[in-house]
Amino acid sequence: MAVPVTIGVPNVLVSEWTKLRSLRSTYWTAIVAVIVAVGIAILGCTSFVRHFAPSDLDGFDAANFSVQGLYAAQILLGALGVLTITGEYATGMIRTTLTSVPQRRSMLLMKGAVFAAAALALGEIASFGAFAVGQAILHGKGAGVSLADHNVLRVVIGGGLYIAVVGLLAFGLGALVRRTAGALATFFAVLFLPSALIDLLPSSWHDTVMKYAPANAGTQILNIQHQHNMLTAWNGLGVLALYAAAIIGLAVYLIGRRDA
Amino acid sequence: MIEVANLSKRFGSTLAVDGLSFAVEPGRVTGFLGPNGSGKSTTMRMILGLDHPTRGTATINGRAYGAIRRPLHEVGSLLDAKAMHGGRSAYHHLLCVAQSNGISRRRVGEVLDLVGLSSVARKRARGFSLGMGQRLGIATALLGDPAVLMFDEPVNGLDPEGILWIRTLLRALAAEGRTVFVSSHLMSEMALTADHLVVIGRGRLIADCSTAELVASSSQSYVHVKTPDVDKLVAALTAVGADVTEVDQSLRVTGIDSAVVGEVAAREGAVLHELILRQPSLEAAFMELTRDTVEFGGAESVEIGA
Repeated sequence: MAVPVTIGVPNVLVSEWTKLRSLRSTYWTAIVAVIVAVGIAILGCTSFVRHFAPSDLDGFDAANFSVQGLYAAQILLGALGVLTITGEYATGMIRTTLTSVPQRRSMLLMKGAVFAAAALALGEIASFGAFAVGQAILHGKGAGVSLADHNVLRVVIGGGLYIAVVGLLAFGLGALVRRTAGALATFFAVLFLPSALIDLLPSSWHDTVMKYAPANAGTQILNIQHQHNMLTAWNGLGVLALYAAAIIGLAVYLIGRRDA
Repeated sequence: MIEVANLSKRFGSTLAVDGLSFAVEPGRVTGFLGPNGSGKSTTMRMILGLDHPTRGTATINGRAYGAIRRPLHEVGSLLDAKAMHGGRSAYHHLLCVAQSNGISRRRVGEVLDLVGLSSVARKRARGFSLGMGQRLGIATALLGDPAVLMFDEPVNGLDPEGILWIRTLLRALAAEGRTVFVSSHLMSEMALTADHLVVIGRGRLIADCSTAELVASSSQSYVHVKTPDVDKLVAALTAVGADVTEVDQSLRVTGIDSAVVGEVAAREGAVLHELILRQPSLEAAFMELTRDTVEFGGAESVEIGA
């Protein structure tokens, strides 16, 4: 039997891909994420068209309007990211994983890479699906835009990127916290608490927190126009990616030190 | 060959494993015995690199587990029947583990056949009985055809047929020259399966000896004698250095073996109605050993036999 001399990156990537695709929960989460993104586009755009008045077009961001469902889909991507790693701790699979691949830090990075690829593919399907369906409805009133219009492609591609990065942030939190409930709670806190608690903060912090809170920074990519007092589209997504990278980096450091 | 040297593990204020040293040799089944909480699983987890030792080292074929380049080809392990994701089918569980070490799909089919799970290979592990889970765990351990195998309580949850199957498998693996290290709380099972025993209590080594030696060394082994010539025989046996106590019209002789008792009786012309070597079960020998560790918590480890 031809066997490699040592465990290689391809071995671990293939193994992690098998793990991801062999769980029904992966498919359910993925399907529901796309249904939510496209469904909200249908509901929102249909309602817009039905109650349409020409004045509605003033400052209307048709691209952004059609991908509003990504705000809901990001929660599903987050749950998938958390479960990808906490599912191993909850079931005991982690012991099999770590005895098969004792290079823990590489293993976690490979697992994250496989999840990132899957999350990006899923995110783009959800984003492009929602955009296509939404614009088809909006075109009825001449309110639609096309991918060739200014910044539209950036919004649609960025929408998939955004929820993939949110998924990665959740993956990092899952690896850090290791328990499903705790990791999900932390994920929701990171995503939603800054805007919920903004009024409790001193007003001098107000602008900075609004600007750099993970969700606020990341979602700038979904706007055609730059928003006042907010980061630019790509800088915002970059800041969100830095949060995700920092959390994953900490998790990678700790997995080598902690008992499994 | 598994070697553990001065291994210790502290959890907070508890010293779960305390200066443990032993070696597990190839070609025989080595049983790992100890009461619940004695540190068996923690020791196995440290050997497999899952827990970091507070002190000391654990090596397999001279290397720490984390330094083994293709671990599944060298070491197979079953820590518990639940080290798998219940949402995954038996086939996919084995496949993802196999792929991580570059093991072929064909081998996945082979181990499924070997443990008798081929007919349920596409069923999710969540619906498996404990016994089926154990079989899947054993299949996982055998994937890389490793020379070293470690099983934590492998007969747990198995029916009699399954227990016999495991016993036969463990002995066959050892007969092929592999190192087989098996923990169990079922002493009677180890008496039938293990050639050698490592006994621990409170994280310390109590005994490291052959199974036969552990039984023979127990203070509970004695020669039971029934004779109408009690006085004559007691005097003669005492004269050759035996300890004799009279229990229910029979004699309980320790300190000399049964052959000597028979020779002394023949020389003295004492009539014997019964002459039986009574050895405790491994269970009793084990209880006696571990009771001592509980009573004398800080006692030195006892060198038995050899």
